[in-house]
Amino acid sequence: MATLHSRAAARLMITPAVVLLLGWMLIPLGMTVYFSFLRFNLLAPGTESWTGLTNYYFFLTDPSFWDAIRNTLTLVIGVLLITVTGGVLLALLLDQPIWGQGVARVLVIAPFFVMPTVSALIWKNMFMNPVNGLFAFLAKSVGLQPFDFLGQAPMASIILIVSWQWLPFATLILLTALQSLDTEQLEASEMDGAGPLNRFIYIVAPHLARATTVVILILTIFLLSIFAEILVTTNGGPGTATTNLTYLVYTQSLLQFDVGGGSAGGVVAIILANIVAIFLMRMIGKNLDA
Amino acid sequence: MTLKSLLYGASFTFALTAVAQAEELTIATVNNSDMIIMQKLSPQWEEASGHTLNWVVLEENVLRQRVTTDIAAKGAQFDIITIGAYEAPIWGDLGWLNGLDDLGDDYDYDDIYESVRNGLSANGSLFAVPFYAESSFTFYRKDLFDSAGIEVPEQMTYDQLAEYAKQLHDPDNGVFGTCQRGKAGWGENMAFVGPMVNAFGGRWFDLDWNPQLTSEPWVNAVTYYVDLMNNYGPPGASSNGHNENRALFADGKCATWVDATSAAGFIFNPNESTVADKTDFAAAPQQVTNKGAGWFWAWALAIPASSQKVDAAKDFLKWSTSKEYVELVGESEGWVAAPPGTRKSTYANAKYISAAPFAGTVENSILSANPADATLEPVPYTGVQFVAIPEFQGIGNFVGQQISAALAGSQSVQEALDNSQAFAVREMKKAGYIQ
Amino acid sequence: MARAVSTRRKATFTVAAWAIALAIFFPILWTFLTSFKTEGDAIASPPMFVFFDWNLSAYEAVNQRTNYLKHFWNSVVISFGSTILGLVIAVPAAWAMAFVPAKQTKNVLMWMLSTKMLPPVGVVIPIFLIFRNTGLLDTRTGLVIVLMLINLPIIVWMLFTYFREIPGEILEAARMDGADLRSELLYVLTPMAMPGIASTLLLNVILAWNEAFWTLNLTAAKAAPLTAFIASFSSPEGLFFAKLSAASTMAIAPILVLGWFSQKQLVRGLTFGAVK
Repeated sequence: MATLHSRAAARLMITPAVVLLLGWMLIPLGMTVYFSFLRFNLLAPGTESWTGLTNYYFFLTDPSFWDAIRNTLTLVIGVLLITVTGGVLLALLLDQPIWGQGVARVLVIAPFFVMPTVSALIWKNMFMNPVNGLFAFLAKSVGLQPFDFLGQAPMASIILIVSWQWLPFATLILLTALQSLDTEQLEASEMDGAGPLNRFIYIVAPHLARATTVVILILTIFLLSIFAEILVTTNGGPGTATTNLTYLVYTQSLLQFDVGGGSAGGVVAIILANIVAIFLMRMIGKNLDA
Repeated sequence: MTLKSLLYGASFTFALTAVAQAEELTIATVNNSDMIIMQKLSPQWEEASGHTLNWVVLEENVLRQRVTTDIAAKGAQFDIITIGAYEAPIWGDLGWLNGLDDLGDDYDYDDIYESVRNGLSANGSLFAVPFYAESSFTFYRKDLFDSAGIEVPEQMTYDQLAEYAKQLHDPDNGVFGTCQRGKAGWGENMAFVGPMVNAFGGRWFDLDWNPQLTSEPWVNAVTYYVDLMNNYGPPGASSNGHNENRALFADGKCATWVDATSAAGFIFNPNESTVADKTDFAAAPQQVTNKGAGWFWAWALAIPASSQKVDAAKDFLKWSTSKEYVELVGESEGWVAAPPGTRKSTYANAKYISAAPFAGTVENSILSANPADATLEPVPYTGVQFVAIPEFQGIGNFVGQQISAALAGSQSVQEALDNSQAFAVREMKKAGYIQ
Repeated sequence: MARAVSTRRKATFTVAAWAIALAIFFPILWTFLTSFKTEGDAIASPPMFVFFDWNLSAYEAVNQRTNYLKHFWNSVVISFGSTILGLVIAVPAAWAMAFVPAKQTKNVLMWMLSTKMLPPVGVVIPIFLIFRNTGLLDTRTGLVIVLMLINLPIIVWMLFTYFREIPGEILEAARMDGADLRSELLYVLTPMAMPGIASTLLLNVILAWNEAFWTLNLTAAKAAPLTAFIASFSSPEGLFFAKLSAASTMAIAPILVLGWFSQKQLVRGLTFGAVK
């Protein structure tokens, strides 16, 4: 359909975006790959030298490395589980006829607008702090010992904070999807005597599949590189309990200033992220065309 | 003749003002209360000098990361940076800082304690001017100790500290036996753990730079620390740093606290603290030795070699670390809040002595802390609570994380020290100290 | 409408939904309330909800220490600047992809989105060095460029899903009427695409406003946005809950208000065209 002329024009119009992104990807990535083969510590200037795969050896044998992989997965999967399940339930609830639906929706969406650093600071200090936090007060008022969230259950606490930020997003998308559901179909099935559970399984859930995929895709993109929440609350600790891959690379390159080692870590993180990306893209690609 | 010299003088002044144009300086500092006061008073300097300041105020760990990145990668984003006794000699030696020996006679270098100046110098020249200096000592709640009938010796042992903490621990009434740093970081929990290990007779490295983190003194010290905090500390100790503990102590929630002498100005300030009249202090605890039991630290201001505005920056440094500045803080904020530990004249000032009951003890602690001889056994490094080599930041942070994990109970002390030892060995190998 | 809804049922759901909505909103409300307390009241036990001495001392303390307006303005310039620049680059690209689809279009889109998965810390030192060499450190221009680049894939993708929904026949008709490319863009496409562009703009302004890795690592003072402003209140010197709350309220209020007012467009934009 499109003429040769418009194809050329189209290519021209896509070019700036592609070139920019390609540059954004390749130039820093090229430098990172190059640095990863160097002994390069910012604190020891003048000692840069070629070391081959040493940095990779040290990064991959770093005892924290496997912890970081495990933590990254725990964080991503934990938050996804909470936000998707919570999002579906909350969307179903908000989809019911209720008074003041608009205002309730406004309240639910609010955490999405809060800066990650702010939400982490608020949760850490005003809620989870075991001496002055609100949770400590609640625990004490029912006669329990205050729980040290960030010390005793650091990963769960971070999952909670991150889920709070992203639950509104999931809820909203799923709610919009629900509202586009054909009510006649639902009514018909109700007439046929299908119970609420069956109606959910056979009509609502399939309808939500596509929206759920979108939620998972976008959340994964953001969750893989969660950083601010960890930096503000636990600094990756205690020990390595909340060190994800992003934070581990940060520790290497910006706390130990071992740019060589950090770059090797960066390359590893990029490769792993791309594996996840390919996997996700496949899944999404199918679902979006359907 | 007079007219000529007058004219000459006038044109000279004119030339000077034309050259010294108004500059905009970017200053990075840590969000400790003394620096907050400096920020509050700085408009006076801005007015007098015509320059303006852009403030970047950050928490200690973040500040250190940002400043180090910037100076090491020659980012030149800052004209004035706040660094400590660890960075100043190393960075000065690397040529990253402007020398500061030429602030003028009226700056009175000799008024600054020699040990403080030495701690901020490399190769015989000064690279950072001290804003305040500190050692560590023990704060304790006199009222609680009195009502429990405890006599505090001049320098208690860590065992005694644990004993007192046990007696005074009363969480139901909101008082914990002891508050100590638990937040990971070489400048946070390791600043407490380091001197404690010294007192238990330990060291970071032997003379051949082999890490000693699984040696008996380390095991004893860290085991003691974890037990102490878990039994008599506040909940959540593994995320408490200096500032968090200071807030807890000032709020009356701690019976004992071993930390920076510089916090005394805050704890004894009735505007900031609820325990100003109920607190007393003693030297930092000892154990098998008292060598290296109190740390030595100075927060100081320096000018990166990459700054384009050295003259204006020097002028600010001179102002903010001068005798006159101490006087200014004393008069406007109360003498108890005057920046401590740097100048002899502060400790010769009757107003300061009467406002700050801790002055003499602090002075003694600072003067007796000796970074060059802080361990029972011989070592190849200087530093009390740190090791003055570039690699220490990374190692100290990692060990801090491990000990913080042991404190939180997610691993045992032995595991924490084994991991720390393995990491330290790796890093020292990477850096070529050991084979 | 055939289903009659009993009042009782409606009441039950209303109570449940509101309880959950308030619970989710509570941390923000609590922060807002605390910002008007004194430091002492802020940690009072039992906590005080409404009956405390409302005052602005925390806001005064925050403003004495920092220049809020400067940071606020930096945030505005950086988030809107990067998004608008991104739109300028993305609109043609998305238009071409939507109306002149080629075999590779989908792959290009997927590839673009996959660049979002690069962990920023992996490349922070190279970017820092590039910025140093080009004099972009601590400049708003530098941040506009970086945030534009990291949000570009999302912008392209969102616009693409919007444009795809515009029926091609309308364009054909316009062409038949002799419209050239320029007027086609200006008079036919733009009005139809406006809602999509608006919601793309909104979402990306929010993302850029809240971005806290690059904005912190590439700025010092001059270009520092509100994310840096909040960082200076991150650790207490003395009691600090009220000050933290005041600073937090000031940092999030503008975007919260903007988000609430434009909720409808936003929801639509958020769904990436996957949900109608």
